[in-house]
Amino acid sequence: MSVTLDIRLKRANKVYHEGESVAGVIVLGCKEALQHHGICLSMEGLVNLQLSSKSVGVFEAFYNSVKPIQLISSNIEVAKAGKIPAGKTEIPFEFPLHTKGNKVLYETYHGVFVNVQYTLRCDLKRSLLAKDLSRNCEFIVHCQPQKAKVVPTPVNFTITPDTLQNIRERSLLPKFLIRGHLDATNCVISQPLTGEVIVENSDAPIKSIELQLVRVETCGCAEGYARDATEIQNIQIAEGDVCQGLSIPIYMVFPRLFTCPTLETTNFKVEFEVNIVIVLHDDHLITENFPLKLCRV
Amino acid sequence: MAAVQWRSRGRSYDAELQRCRTEAAAIEFGDYHPLKPIMVTDTKTRRGARKGSTSSTSSSSSSAPSDPLSSMLDGTDPLSMFAAASATDTPAMSHSSSTGDIGKKRREKEEEAVGPDFEPWSSKRGDILARFTTTEKLSINLFMGSDKGKAPSPGSSAVSEKVRTRLEELDDLEEGSQRELLNLSQQDYANRIEELNQSLKEAWASDQKVKALKIVIQCSKLLSDTSVIQFYPSKFVLITDILDTFGRLVYDRIFTMCSDPQPLPDGFTVEDVNDTAKETCLNWFFKIASIRELLPRLYVEAAILKCNRFLNKSGIQETLPRLTAMIRGIGDPLVAAYARAYLCRVGMEVAPHLKDSLNQNFFDLLGTFRQISGESVRNQLLLQRVEVPEYLTLYSPAINWILQCIAYRAPEPLLMEMMERCKTMANNALLLNSVMRAFRPEFVAARATDFIGMIKDCDESGFPKHLLFGSLGRSLACADPPESERLTILNEAWKVITKVRSPQDYINCAEIWVEFTCRHFTKREVNTVLADIIKHMTPDRAFEDAYPQLQSVIRKILTYFHDFSVLFSMERFLPFLDMFQKDSVRVEVCKSIMEVFIKQQVELTRDPVILNAMLHICKTMHDSVNALTLEDEKRSLSLLIIGFIRMVSFGRDFEQQLSFCVEARATFCNLEPVLVQLIHTVNQLAMETRRVMRGSHSRKTAAFVRACAAYSFITIPSLSSIFSRLSLYLLSGQVALANQCLSQADAFFKAAVSILPEVPRSISVEGKLRSSEAFLLDFINNFLATLLVVPDHPEHGVLYLVRGLLNMVQDYTWEDNSDAKVRVYVSALPLLAAMSQEAYLYSIPKVDSNETLYGGDPKFLSEINKLCETLIGQILDHLKVLGRDEQQCARRQGALAFSLFGVLLAHGDLRNNKLSQLAINLWNLSHKHGYCETRVSVRTLEYTKHLAQQPDMSHLSDTIQRLALQSRT
Repeated sequence: MSVTLDIRLKRANKVYHEGESVAGVIVLGCKEALQHHGICLSMEGLVNLQLSSKSVGVFEAFYNSVKPIQLISSNIEVAKAGKIPAGKTEIPFEFPLHTKGNKVLYETYHGVFVNVQYTLRCDLKRSLLAKDLSRNCEFIVHCQPQKAKVVPTPVNFTITPDTLQNIRERSLLPKFLIRGHLDATNCVISQPLTGEVIVENSDAPIKSIELQLVRVETCGCAEGYARDATEIQNIQIAEGDVCQGLSIPIYMVFPRLFTCPTLETTNFKVEFEVNIVIVLHDDHLITENFPLKLCRV
Repeated sequence: MAAVQWRSRGRSYDAELQRCRTEAAAIEFGDYHPLKPIMVTDTKTRRGARKGSTSSTSSSSSSAPSDPLSSMLDGTDPLSMFAAASATDTPAMSHSSSTGDIGKKRREKEEEAVGPDFEPWSSKRGDILARFTTTEKLSINLFMGSDKGKAPSPGSSAVSEKVRTRLEELDDLEEGSQRELLNLSQQDYANRIEELNQSLKEAWASDQKVKALKIVIQCSKLLSDTSVIQFYPSKFVLITDILDTFGRLVYDRIFTMCSDPQPLPDGFTVEDVNDTAKETCLNWFFKIASIRELLPRLYVEAAILKCNRFLNKSGIQETLPRLTAMIRGIGDPLVAAYARAYLCRVGMEVAPHLKDSLNQNFFDLLGTFRQISGESVRNQLLLQRVEVPEYLTLYSPAINWILQCIAYRAPEPLLMEMMERCKTMANNALLLNSVMRAFRPEFVAARATDFIGMIKDCDESGFPKHLLFGSLGRSLACADPPESERLTILNEAWKVITKVRSPQDYINCAEIWVEFTCRHFTKREVNTVLADIIKHMTPDRAFEDAYPQLQSVIRKILTYFHDFSVLFSMERFLPFLDMFQKDSVRVEVCKSIMEVFIKQQVELTRDPVILNAMLHICKTMHDSVNALTLEDEKRSLSLLIIGFIRMVSFGRDFEQQLSFCVEARATFCNLEPVLVQLIHTVNQLAMETRRVMRGSHSRKTAAFVRACAAYSFITIPSLSSIFSRLSLYLLSGQVALANQCLSQADAFFKAAVSILPEVPRSISVEGKLRSSEAFLLDFINNFLATLLVVPDHPEHGVLYLVRGLLNMVQDYTWEDNSDAKVRVYVSALPLLAAMSQEAYLYSIPKVDSNETLYGGDPKFLSEINKLCETLIGQILDHLKVLGRDEQQCARRQGALAFSLFGVLLAHGDLRNNKLSQLAINLWNLSHKHGYCETRVSVRTLEYTKHLAQQPDMSHLSDTIQRLALQSRT
């Protein structure tokens, strides 16, 4: 009596853009003919906002007010109540990705406090005795490429003990001079972040140089807002006491799903930053922060 | 049956021979010969251009028999096909445009591919593992399920729900399963790594891709650990094996994903790859791009570099430089160097035409070269108590490899540039060493003098100089420097080598240079080198730890010096051999010398230098034989010594030769095959003497051949194999007889007869116990044939030896149920018949046989006849006994009766009624039970008829009429 239900999208990478159709097949497999009360398929796009625990105190009163924002929703009945023959049955379907009104389809994004997610859900209703079957399938929406030309705006940086802020005892710091540049702070999301860093000199040996990709998510409404920065990933680009004066490449691929073009709406914001973290052997931690603007071309 | 009266048939051998001759048909020396193999040589021309008829080639029988192995390869071997294609491609390919295209593609491919002249990594692996070892304790720190929450494999979420749950399961399974294995010995460590390799394969096979990736990441992380630094190169080898496995698994999987309708062609392009496969491939790259730590990210991406082929055309081309630059982030110079080596290796495998990143790797290496003498490294060495020279050698495999990749088919100017760059670096001995190892030997050899200069300029405290000279020597062993510089090179090199203090380092280096010396110089220089080696290796018995190298020295000398008189005239050669004091090694060395001697020495020799030395060597081999020596070992030693003995010849100085044999016998008394050979040699010597004297010995030579006989006579009893003894007695007896030493021959034959009873009933042949009966019968028949010409001893009775032999046969305990004894009797009859002829079938020049001694004396003849009658009586008795036992023995009885019938027919005088009656009876007896082969009977009958037609044989026709053929019912 095993029945399998699966949704297969036509595109292997499951990436769709606004205006396109999400097409695929529902695959049903059963050993013997199957009686059912109808199969329906729904598509939904939601923005889920969540308040961070440290903000919860302040916003407790409004906790319920942060409702998911629906971006798109549609429903179709794939099959009326009836019988499915034994074996494998494929039912094709197609959903146009069109928004209602002036809503925008934001790009798929999986964050901590903000989630933009698009799903297909297929339900197979059955008689009372047998359980209903359902299947979820996420698909990915990429927003329309930006029309304006991206200006890379490269940035140079020099880090010395003197350029640092937020330190307790400047005198204890060993001497160092670290230079470098990022090729762009306006980045194309499908291209890696590049640049280079050169340790010109350093009294204390270097333990590690890392690139920390940070998301800054802001959720808010009329009553106020919460802004939280969390790490997406941390990529080590140098390990150990690197050769001085030698340029070390900065290279980071923006992870899919966890990054999206920088997003700013009335209810929430998603921004990104990169930190260049230099760890010295005596565990001094030097961080240089660069806000990034991601876009899709 | 009543006793028979024997009469031998008178024979006129000459007349019979004449009759045979006239009948002899002319032999056609045509094509056909039964022994000539019938061959159809299949000459498949690869292009099918000439499809010659196979019959024409098969008739040319001179062609070598077709080797099944080579015919297997023929045509199906892709390499040879490839070679053939490229050799003849232009004319053959110009037939049509399509084939031309293929040709072009092939050519392109050839340019890309790494040829067989590129020494593959696999051949280096073993060396590295063997060389970089440690006795320190190692540890493996595996931290599965790490990075939880930090980077939950972002790429995977897009794949499906299934994968995500699996990922979670895995995390649960190995939540924080940090395993730290401490105190591992090197072997344990290797085993652990192999276990990881296995579990990687298992995880992959059971579809746990994430686990597989984790294993690979953890393993490559181990490469950042430089504690127990001496072991690092070996660790690198072990772990990159895992990475290779992983790379292969990923590539194969994606490859099979694309081969749904039909497998992808070898030279597939991006367009051939379907979307699912591309997506999977992309996923891998995203997953790897998010690995936190630098080293694993680098190594794992390098491992699946080949997969870029699925995504885009220029992927590899772009990735290689990026990964090359990424290595700059590795702080530890040793770790970085090995990472570069790995990248070069993968690059060579996947895209050998991309030379730029190889060069860039090397330039980066040079750029970071000063780090090697930096403070961090110094502190680390201090902590681990590793000396700088030892530390520097750890780099060699990596740098060698990088340079080898660069130098492969590289143009000369590039090599020059590389060399110049190395020259300018401080502390460049390490680089210099690698340059000499990796660049073409011809390149190095042409600049040998420059290199020596550079080596001399190197810093004393850095990279060990003997290694530098070792590398130079290795190049010079394969390629020749300019002739005029050779002696200077040797002098300069040896000046340094001889100053190396540690015997182990010294011998490692010296061993390499011996080849150069042997290749270009004479025995004088080699002798000096040997003397120097002896001088260095003798104190404190240092040679004990250097047997492999010393053996290699010998091997090298032997490959270049084939003239053994020159070889042994080196004063230091034998003293050098004396350094091999461990028995097993010494014997091995002796064996290798002997092997070369046997192979290379073509002329017989009497050179006292060679003889003395070889005797010494052979004696060493012989003396190693003891009770525990294996049979095979003994056999091979014997063969070698025999080979030597056969090469010894004193020409006409026979006495010298004999005394050599005497000496050899004393020396090699424990090896029986050698003694046998010595006896053969002496026998041959006697015969040679006879040939020289043209059959008539002078007093002196007669004494000499008697001495030879005496030698054999006293040597034979020391053999343990009874059949060797028997046959040697017989042979030596024959030789003695041929040399007119009657009493000696008599003694030999008597001795042979007297040891007959000792023949055991079964002997072991090739480890199996076999009945000795067949061998014994063989021997006796042979012996009987010889006895025809042996004259009777004047002091003993008539036919003394024949009687003695027959008595022994009678007394011998034959096997139960065996007819052997009777068969001997049957075969003795022809001998006796032959003895009663007036002129014997054969005789020995200058030896009077019984024919002359007795001159057909009736008494002698009656003696013979009496003996025959006794024998026939015995045979008939035996037939009767056989007749009693019906089933079993009927066949034997038939066969025996038939053979006796044959003898009677051939040798008996059938005019005698009784004898003819007996023959008829025997015929009937043999046909009684129907076991007789009809065809044989028919042919016998025909022969008899034929015989009857001859003069004075007409009496046979009566007999024939009474021989009835039994038709089979």
